Amino acid sequence: MTSRTPPAETPSSGGISIRSVCHEYRPARGRPVLALDNIDLEINDREFVAILGPSGCGKSTLLYLLGGFMPLQQGGISVGGRDITGPGPDRGIVFQNFALFPWKTVRQNILYGLEKQRLPKDERERTTRHFIDMVHLTGFEDSYPSQLSGGMKQRVAIARTLAINPDTLLMDEPFGALDAQTRSLMQEELLAIWNRSPTTVVFVTHDVREAVLLADRVVVMTARPGRVKKIIDTRFEGGMNAEIAKSRPFLDRVDEIWDLVREEAIVAGSAGAG
Amino acid sequence: MRLVHTLWRFTPLLLLAVVWEAVSRLGLVSEFALPPFSDVVTAFSRLADEGLWEHTAQSLYRGATGFACAVIVGVLAGVLMAWYRPVHILVNPLLRCLYPMPKSALIPLTIMWIGLGDNSKITLIFIGCLLPVVLSAFNAARGVDQVLIWSARSMGAREREVLWEVVVPAAMPEILSGIRISLALAFILLVSGELIIANNGIGYLIDILGEGGDYAGMFAGVVTISTIGFFADQGYVALTRRILAWRE
Ligand SMILES: Nc1ncnc2c1ncn2[C@@H]1O[C@H](COP(=O)(O)OP(=O)(O)O)[C@@H](O)[C@H]1O
Ligand SMILES: [Mg+2]
Repeated sequence: MTSRTPPAETPSSGGISIRSVCHEYRPARGRPVLALDNIDLEINDREFVAILGPSGCGKSTLLYLLGGFMPLQQGGISVGGRDITGPGPDRGIVFQNFALFPWKTVRQNILYGLEKQRLPKDERERTTRHFIDMVHLTGFEDSYPSQLSGGMKQRVAIARTLAINPDTLLMDEPFGALDAQTRSLMQEELLAIWNRSPTTVVFVTHDVREAVLLADRVVVMTARPGRVKKIIDTRFEGGMNAEIAKSRPFLDRVDEIWDLVREEAIVAGSAGAG
Repeated sequence: MRLVHTLWRFTPLLLLAVVWEAVSRLGLVSEFALPPFSDVVTAFSRLADEGLWEHTAQSLYRGATGFACAVIVGVLAGVLMAWYRPVHILVNPLLRCLYPMPKSALIPLTIMWIGLGDNSKITLIFIGCLLPVVLSAFNAARGVDQVLIWSARSMGAREREVLWEVVVPAAMPEILSGIRISLALAFILLVSGELIIANNGIGYLIDILGEGGDYAGMFAGVVTISTIGFFADQGYVALTRRILAWRE
């Protein structure tokens, strides 16, 4: 069933090192906005890290910097020991607003990255098939994004990124547009993929339970300008499974992190109001 | 069903023909100002044997060539301007000069430089049609969602690939509406260029028929080129709908 590289030894991405990174947006009009203030974060090779924080605290900005889409203003970021110099297929990203190509069908959207990887044609087709099935979009291969619901678009975006099998996965609220049912299925699917072939994952989310469920560590950010407020270990004895997700320690951890996130959301809320 | 629909769409035109015939026959307007529709039809069938199609073909050749060149050069220039700063610096001042200039003022100039033949008309149409295409392509390409570009880059697309595989298709809806404006302009410039001075072409034909007092013939020429313009636009709209099928 799986056509991905066998799990024997997936290529190591060697972790991510974020050192004293600041980022200020300087719009042509209006005041500059300090989005990130001195972020330090070490992410281990094949670690799953979730990032939580109030809206507007710079989570997307951090992912964009990791993706190499914007020049670094201050500090350093290296992935696998090498400073990043720009975007590349070694770091796959799922954007918050999907960023699908509206003129391409579901199939063509997923094929695009595979074509760029210069994969042989039959392998491209096979991989595309596999990922369309995986995100339950069978039958919608030839639909355009404008014909899909938000949740379906999001699943195409996830499939397209997973299909190129990047060493590092950057995901910006990838399940945000999904209904609870699909969301839970996709969480399981992502965990299964990750368990089969662990890659380094930076996963931005609003959902505390999702963060604790998926991640090895959860990073809580402060309200803007975003700083690292606290890093919480969320690994559980015996790995994640449905039983543990109902256990006392799990729920306590969720509560603990909820309180941290709530504090910052209140700060962000009052700053927004003022 | 479709046929009925199409017929409905042409009802206003039929009505126009009837009213036209009536006002002229009833003497509500002078026959010189508006010859009866039936006379125009008669003149049309006579002219059809007397070179109407040759003149029309000549005009369409000029129009199509100038228009096609404007579309190709315009899309290239607009997209490259948006993508490469030096191109913008080089081309933008030219556009700013050309923009407010009434393009028909170029008619005597193109004739002086290039002569009476096809090339002066083609040049005129090319210059006139270029602007809407360049401007729409430039604005559209500049406005392409940054995240689409990032997403292509992160999947391994190189800069040139991003330009043709992402920027151009993303800009296509706006580019196509710029081209539609140019299509209408092509007809305007074509006929006015030929009306002012030419040896052949539908504009020329209209001009000499009018001067010779054959008003029904003149109207037949006007109706011919207008009809062609109408179908060119309809065809273009249908084509656009096909190209942009992904929008809905
Ligand atoms: N292009 C931009 N220009 C100016 N300000 C921006 C821009 N993008 C984001 N910002 C601001 O930077 C802050 C962080 O944004 P973002 O990283 O998108 O936050 P998050 O993803 O955590 O919601 C926000 O306050 C936002 O308004
Ligand atoms: Mg965001």
